[in-house]
Amino acid sequence: MKFLKFGVLGIVFGIVMAKSEAISWFRIQEMFRFQAFHMYGIIGTAVILGVIGVALIKKYKIRDYHGNPIQFNPKEKSVSRYLIGGSIFGLGWALSGACPGPMVVNIGYGFLSMAIVFFFALVGTYLYGVLKTKLPH
Amino acid sequence: MIEIITQTWSWWFSGALIAGIMFFLLYFGQSFGFSSNLRTICAASGLGKTVKFFDFNWRSQIWNLVFLVGAIAGGFIAKQYLSTDTPVQISQATIADLGELGFAAPTSLQPEELFSLESAFSLKGFLILALGGLMVGFGSRYAGGCTSGHAISGLSDLQMPSLIAVIGFFAGGLIMTFLIFPLIF
Repeated sequence: MKFLKFGVLGIVFGIVMAKSEAISWFRIQEMFRFQAFHMYGIIGTAVILGVIGVALIKKYKIRDYHGNPIQFNPKEKSVSRYLIGGSIFGLGWALSGACPGPMVVNIGYGFLSMAIVFFFALVGTYLYGVLKTKLPH
Repeated sequence: MIEIITQTWSWWFSGALIAGIMFFLLYFGQSFGFSSNLRTICAASGLGKTVKFFDFNWRSQIWNLVFLVGAIAGGFIAKQYLSTDTPVQISQATIADLGELGFAAPTSLQPEELFSLESAFSLKGFLILALGGLMVGFGSRYAGGCTSGHAISGLSDLQMPSLIAVIGFFAGGLIMTFLIFPLIF
């Protein structure tokens, strides 16, 4: 039962991703070609509200439902890992038209070939795990 | 009223709901980051025995796997109950550009040329889907996050690493769209 709330949030996430068409390869192409505001509007609205909300959480030291302070862990400082890793991610995002969340939403929506994309995303994650110590970070 | 639900949801409503999901996850003591699930699934498959990166207490991440299962269900619900199956309404300019690459105007959310089962099991079609997935999986772990972890959670916390990662996402996406697409399509 303690996981039920995460399932509900996942369902809302899946519905929003599908109904906003953020799971569409066409929408991702339109975004990377700067030919519509739609995707920028979705991400921009989420980030602007996110910035305001996170600032309020920090200012008023809001606690989570366990009573623990909500903490934000700073990500480790680096440029290369974010730029190189991010660029590889971007190449795949534009090609497949889906980042990891939308991949599984697509499968639920009925685009079963997205399961191939998701499987190979697992393979890519595995390869990173194998090569991690040899890569610049 | 029904039309409001079945048509494409507006960007501001969708963006606000995504921010809401992030805040609910924070309130429940977790954080919004979808691609961690890929690492968790590798770990749960026993890969931690041979690769140190997957040797961690993946059971602490079960909440996120439940979120993933919910996302699949959400996609199904959207298709079955909240959709009228109208083609995605992308701009005419995008339709024209994609037309030059050989893509027909949208008839659903996804191009038949890439996601029909017929295409997915052709050699070229399979390689495109496989390579796309491979780069998303490799890149998201290398960068330490994907669109949810960096572009939404990280930018909301004004983290410089996330801004660098998002710049990388766009650098890669633009290279693929403008330099590589004309070569492969």
